[in-house]
Amino acid sequence: MLAQQIFNGLALGMGYALIAVGYSLVFGILRLVNFSHGAIYAFGAEMAMVFIGLNFGIVPGIIASMILTGILGIAIDKIALEPLRKKHSMPIASLITTIGVSNIITNLLIVFLGSEKRNFPQLFNFGSVKIGSVVISSTQIMMCVVSLILMGVLVFIVYKTKIGLAMRASEQNAKAANLMGINVNFVISFTFFLAGMSATIAGALVGGYYQIVYPNMGFMAGLKAFAAAVLGGIGSLPGALLGGLIVGVSESMAASFMGSTYRDSIAFVILIIVLIVRPHGLFGRKGITKV
Amino acid sequence: MNFVHTMETFVEGKKKILLILLAVFLIALPYMLNSQYLVTVAVKIGSYTLLALGLNVLTGYTGLVSLGHAGFVAIGAYTSSLCAVKLGMNFFASMILGMVVAGLAGVLLGLPTMRVTGTYLSIITLGFGEIIKMIAMNWSSVTNGTLGVKNIPRPSIFGYDLTIANNGLYYLMLVLVLITTLFCIAVVKSKTGRAFQAIRADELASTMMGINITSYKILSFVISACICALGGALYASLIGYIDPNTFNFDVSTLILSIVILGGMGTIRGMFVGAAILIAFPEVSRFLMEYRFVLYGVILVLMMRFRPQGIMGWKSTMPYRLSKNVKEQVEKMDKNAPLNLLNETKG
Repeated sequence: MLAQQIFNGLALGMGYALIAVGYSLVFGILRLVNFSHGAIYAFGAEMAMVFIGLNFGIVPGIIASMILTGILGIAIDKIALEPLRKKHSMPIASLITTIGVSNIITNLLIVFLGSEKRNFPQLFNFGSVKIGSVVISSTQIMMCVVSLILMGVLVFIVYKTKIGLAMRASEQNAKAANLMGINVNFVISFTFFLAGMSATIAGALVGGYYQIVYPNMGFMAGLKAFAAAVLGGIGSLPGALLGGLIVGVSESMAASFMGSTYRDSIAFVILIIVLIVRPHGLFGRKGITKV
Repeated sequence: MNFVHTMETFVEGKKKILLILLAVFLIALPYMLNSQYLVTVAVKIGSYTLLALGLNVLTGYTGLVSLGHAGFVAIGAYTSSLCAVKLGMNFFASMILGMVVAGLAGVLLGLPTMRVTGTYLSIITLGFGEIIKMIAMNWSSVTNGTLGVKNIPRPSIFGYDLTIANNGLYYLMLVLVLITTLFCIAVVKSKTGRAFQAIRADELASTMMGINITSYKILSFVISACICALGGALYASLIGYIDPNTFNFDVSTLILSIVILGGMGTIRGMFVGAAILIAFPEVSRFLMEYRFVLYGVILVLMMRFRPQGIMGWKSTMPYRLSKNVKEQVEKMDKNAPLNLLNETKG
C-alpha cells in the first residue's frame, strides 16, 4: 500500500515537476511569479486534445500543441509583460498582469471549448508491471521516463548551449548581460517558449494519466506546481524536480491515508514549513541585499 | 497634475457641502434603486470595500503583498456564522468574536515575517489561504465540511431584523464601512501608520530610525485580518450560505485586484476599485462568458497604462500637521535659523 502510493505519487510528481520548471525558469530571469502558467498548462493540454481530434495523430498533435503553446508564452511576454519592463513598473504590476492573463486564457478556453470535462486519449497502453504487491501502469512508467528525458533536455539547454549561457547570464544580471551583447528580450521570450513547451508536455501527460482535460485544470495544478517550485528553491531546475516529487508523493499519501479532502492542501503545509526553516527553498540561493 | 490640484482644492474648499451631498446620496440610494437585486449588489460592493480596506493596510501601506486574504475572510465569515447558527449569538457579538479569531490568525501569519520577505512572504500567505480552506473542509464536526453552513441568520438589532427587503442590511453595511474608513484614516495618520509607510519605503532605513519592524509588520497583519474578518462576517450574512470554496484563491486575487485597481496606499481608491470590479460582472451579464475575459483585459490594460491605480495620484495639498505639532511650530521663533546664522558669523 505504502510503496504503491509512493509510485503513484512519483508519477504525479513528475507532472508537477514539469509545470514547476516553467515557474522556475521565468522566476529565475524576471523575479516574477508567473500566475498565468497554470492557464498555459491547461491551454497546452486542451490544444493537444483539439489537434488529436483533428486527426493529427497523438505525437504530432502534442508537438503542434507544444509549438502553439510556446508561441502563446512568447505572445504573453511581448504583449503584456515587455511593455511593463520597459516602463520599469513595480513588480506587483507584472504579478497582477499575469493574473489577468490567466483569467483571459482560461475564460477564452471556456468560451470556445466549453467548461465541461472531456476525455483525453490514453497515451501509452502496454499493460502494467507488477513488482511484489505494487502495480505500476505503463502510463506511470512512461510519465517518469518522458519527464526525466525532458528534464535532461532542459538541463542540457540551460547548462551546455549558448542560449543557455545567455539565460544564465541574464538571470545573474540582466543589465550586464545586455552590455555583453546578449539580447535579453529575446532570451526572456525564449524562456517563455521553453516554459510553455514543458507545460504542454506536462498537460498531455497528466491528461493522459487521468484521461480527462478541462479549462480549469490549470488552477489547482498550477498552484501546487508553484508550491513545488518554491519548495525546491525557485530558479533551480533540480529543485523543481525534487519539489515536484515531494508534492506528488505527499499528495498521493495524503489522499490515501488522510482522505481526499486533504490532497489539495498538504503541499502548502509542507511549503510553509520548508520556507520557515529555509526561507529560500531547499536548493535556492540566498539573495544578498545591497545597501 | 494641474487637473488633480484644481480638483483637490475644489474638494477641499467645498468639503462640507460635498460630504452632506454624498451622505444624502448614500442614504437615499436604496430608494432610488428600488430593486432588491441592485441593493444586494450595493451591499456586496460594500463588503468588498471592507475587504479591500483591510488588505490595503497591509499591502498598500506596509508594502507586504498578501495572496491569501481569503483565509482571513473565511475565518471571519465562519466564526461569525457558526456562532450565530450553532450558539444563537447576536450578529454583532459573533462578528467581534470573528475579528478576534482572525486577529490571532494574523499574529500567527505575521510571525514568519521575521525570517521571510518579499515574494516568499506572498507565497506563505498563499499557502495560509489554502490551509484555512483545508481546515474548513476537514473540521467537519464544527464547520460542517464541504457541505458548508446553511441558513445563516440576518443580523438583528433589538429584535428588528436587518434584511435586504427593508434595506436594513444596506444601512448596516454603510455604518460598518464608515466606521472602518474612519478607523483606517486614523491608523494611517497616526504614528503607527507612519511607521507602516516607512517600512514600505525602506525596511533597513526604518530599522535605523528605531522602528521595530517585526512588531509593526505583525500589527499590520492583525489590523488587516480584523477588518477582513469584519467584511467576511457581513458577506456571510448577505449571501446566507458559505462553504469552503466560497473563499478560494480567486477571492484573494479579487481583493488584491481591487486594491491595485483603486490605487494602493489610498483610502479613496478602495471604494472605486470595489465598485468597478464587483459591479462589472453584474452590469455586463449580457456579455455571457466573455465578461470574465474582459475582466482579465481590464486588469492587463490597467497595469499597462495606469499602474498606480485609478485614484492613485499623489496629493498636492500641503501636509496637514497634527494639532500638537502645529502649536509647537507656532511657538517657535520664526527667525531662529537666521539668528543662529548671525551668531555664528558674529
